[in-house]
Amino acid sequence: MLKRWQHFIRTRFGNGGAHGHRALPLANQPFVVLDTETTGLNPQRDRILSLGIVPVRDARIRVRECREWFLAQEVFDGESVPIHGILREGPNARLPEREVLEGLRERLEGTIVVGHHVAFDRAMLQAAYARWELPPPDQPFVDTEALYRHTLIKSRLLRRKERYTLDDLASRYGISCKDRHTALGDAQITAYALLHILEALKSKGVRDTAQLLKLGGLRG
Amino acid sequence: MNNRIAERVADFLGRYPPFSELTEKDLLALAGGVDILYREKHRYIFREEDPAHAFFYVVHRGAVELRRSSSGEIMDICDEGDIFGLRPLMAGESYKLEARTQEESILYAIPIAQFRPLVTTYEEVGNFLIESFASNTRNPYARQHSGTLVGTGFGSEAAIPGSPPALLPLKAPKKLVTCTPDTPVKDVAARMTVKKVGSVLVLEAGLPVGIITDRDLRTQVVSGNHPIDAPARAVMTTPVITYPKGLTVTQAQLGMMKNQIGHLCLTEDGTPGSPAVGILSKHDLLLAMGQNPEVLMRAVGRSTRIKEIRAVRNRITRLLQRYLQHNVPMSLTMKIISELNDACIKQVILLALQKEPPPPVPFAWISLGSQGRGEQLLLTDQDNALVYAAVEAGKQEETQAYFLKLAGRINKGLLKIGYPYCPAEMMASNPDWCLPLDQWKKRITQWMRNTGSEEVLLSSIFFDFNYTYGAERLVRELTDFIFERVESHPIFLQHLARGALQSPSPTGFFRQFLLEQDGAHKDFFDLKHRALLPLTDAARVLTLAHRIPGINNTAARFEKLAEADPANRELFLSCSYATKALLKFRARQGLLHGDSGRFIALEQLSKEEKMKLKRCFKALKGLQELIAVRFQLKSVL
Repeated sequence: MLKRWQHFIRTRFGNGGAHGHRALPLANQPFVVLDTETTGLNPQRDRILSLGIVPVRDARIRVRECREWFLAQEVFDGESVPIHGILREGPNARLPEREVLEGLRERLEGTIVVGHHVAFDRAMLQAAYARWELPPPDQPFVDTEALYRHTLIKSRLLRRKERYTLDDLASRYGISCKDRHTALGDAQITAYALLHILEALKSKGVRDTAQLLKLGGLRG
Repeated sequence: MNNRIAERVADFLGRYPPFSELTEKDLLALAGGVDILYREKHRYIFREEDPAHAFFYVVHRGAVELRRSSSGEIMDICDEGDIFGLRPLMAGESYKLEARTQEESILYAIPIAQFRPLVTTYEEVGNFLIESFASNTRNPYARQHSGTLVGTGFGSEAAIPGSPPALLPLKAPKKLVTCTPDTPVKDVAARMTVKKVGSVLVLEAGLPVGIITDRDLRTQVVSGNHPIDAPARAVMTTPVITYPKGLTVTQAQLGMMKNQIGHLCLTEDGTPGSPAVGILSKHDLLLAMGQNPEVLMRAVGRSTRIKEIRAVRNRITRLLQRYLQHNVPMSLTMKIISELNDACIKQVILLALQKEPPPPVPFAWISLGSQGRGEQLLLTDQDNALVYAAVEAGKQEETQAYFLKLAGRINKGLLKIGYPYCPAEMMASNPDWCLPLDQWKKRITQWMRNTGSEEVLLSSIFFDFNYTYGAERLVRELTDFIFERVESHPIFLQHLARGALQSPSPTGFFRQFLLEQDGAHKDFFDLKHRALLPLTDAARVLTLAHRIPGINNTAARFEKLAEADPANRELFLSCSYATKALLKFRARQGLLHGDSGRFIALEQLSKEEKMKLKRCFKALKGLQELIAVRFQLKSVL
């Protein structure tokens, strides 16, 4: 019954849109924090090098379920190596992209996907799924930058930044940046930030997923 | 599996006990099962009587307070690396305390199912947990706790201190000089000269087969029995008499006497079939015996000058160092060191008497304070008094003048051997502390009658007096008098009790430790004032109230009190333990920093040391509560 109802809402209001998700109390909503390292910034041309996920349930980071995948590359862009440090023949086992995408889909089931500037990660994922002619993940995506904005005091006296980087959030919440610029490391920092943000939003009256998606959900 | 987050968790946990004991592999596996939580300030992790979670917690960042919800009393504050909420999981109980974040905190939740097997695999982990659980119980070594609280799997003996070593093991001899049976004697002699040793061990296939000493070279080679290029086997004494390493002075002495030899070969298991670890010579033995209490005692008695006593005092300090290193039971250590200190003081008095005309009337020298209690390990201020027999009228002034002069000489002598003067001038050279017996009685009556609190503080250490030298009868009479008077002045005990509560126990304050606010020792912890003094004061008033005469040592007083008052047995025993632990701690700190060990820099302590201290304070707190109730004092706590 529930499944059909969900399906109805989804078809009616669009895939994974902010209004298509069932409103759950935030405490019960599972999240998957996700980050990708890519060869570049163009979703059509560039490829995902690695993918890290940090599941968060009941406001707890589930260390056991954290994963980092390194993807086998058909094309290799030497220029981005200095940033992410992932070599073509690195020490980590490389998996075929298709396998990773399918594994990811399983783990995203029933969650809200969270990331910092996650619109880019979503675009990369959508392009990748499309290349393999797989349906893209239909979970709602929430951006921590957008959420973070809402935790700040609204005042005309305070000039707010245009953009808040992951480093800004990390320094605001005192999170160690030890593994910055690795997929799992960034996902971990984002996950810590998410725990802080959720608490901060709770005190501002944000109690369920519908409200959360309204504040930070990606459109379409 | 690629899980760098687990690695980060492991990095953190590995910095703290008991996780620091785990192998990298086990630690990483444990870290992999961890959940990470964030809690804002003043949020509950669990409440009293909540059923136990499947996890226990380690504070990653922030601070968590554990309190009893009924009284709101803070039992503990956990900060980075501290574990909480484990005990109910091990015992299969519900939570007995509530846990609330004191500031915003990140916690690691560690699944108990994954941790439990490690407790049995790693002995150190088990021991650590017993220690830490014990710090939440009154008596850390109460058997019923160590047995049942953690369920099965722990060695329950682990918590009980090892059996007292009767004598100290000898220090392992430093260098082992060896040769083979084929080495020419000439080379052997050269080697002995270079290495400056009197003996060489002959090894064959790594095992001792013979020994060559200076004496062998003299009787076998120089005498012409063997040429100087003879092989070692021709002149060596064989077989070698072997003893196990770690033998005591007495054993070594007996071994040399029995075999009429001057060198013992020490091997791994004491047989010639195991590798040699060293050679013990008579000379080594003599050196070791230099730090033997009996030898020191004799040295004190033989001293004819203050300077010599001072040298012996330094050796006593070294002996203490070794006792502490080898964990000789504290009660034994205290007894031996006090005896030696007493002997030093006696000798100072004897020397002083030689320089003065004979005393006009019998007198007794009384040690007060820590020396009086037999708790003095390091050199602390001298607190003493002098009592002399009644003097016929008209000769009073003259007599006091004599004793003041004598006391002055003794005080000066004590200063020379290392006891600084008492800043409060509680010394026999002070006319207030150098009185005939009847005047002392008058004074004590006065203290008991007019018990202004200033007076109590002043007089309290007097009640820890101990006879050191002279006419013991005088001291006994004084003791009897005090007990007699206590009976008729119950109010005095109440004042003494109030005095005992004047330094609140250091628990319940921020992170448990109350540091000094100002002065030269700002930000240090005053071990004497905050921890030892309250225990001593409490023991004193309780022994007076229970009319237990003749015991001045605080730890012994608590043991006696445990017998006299079975209802509070546990508490008293834990106080006795705490006293010994704190004294030892103070002595260790003192030796480490070359001072009296009174002030402690907390950040230099290890986690275990802090835990031990905390545990002692818990006993103290219980004791102060007991005193407040027993002497019907309004709670000053």
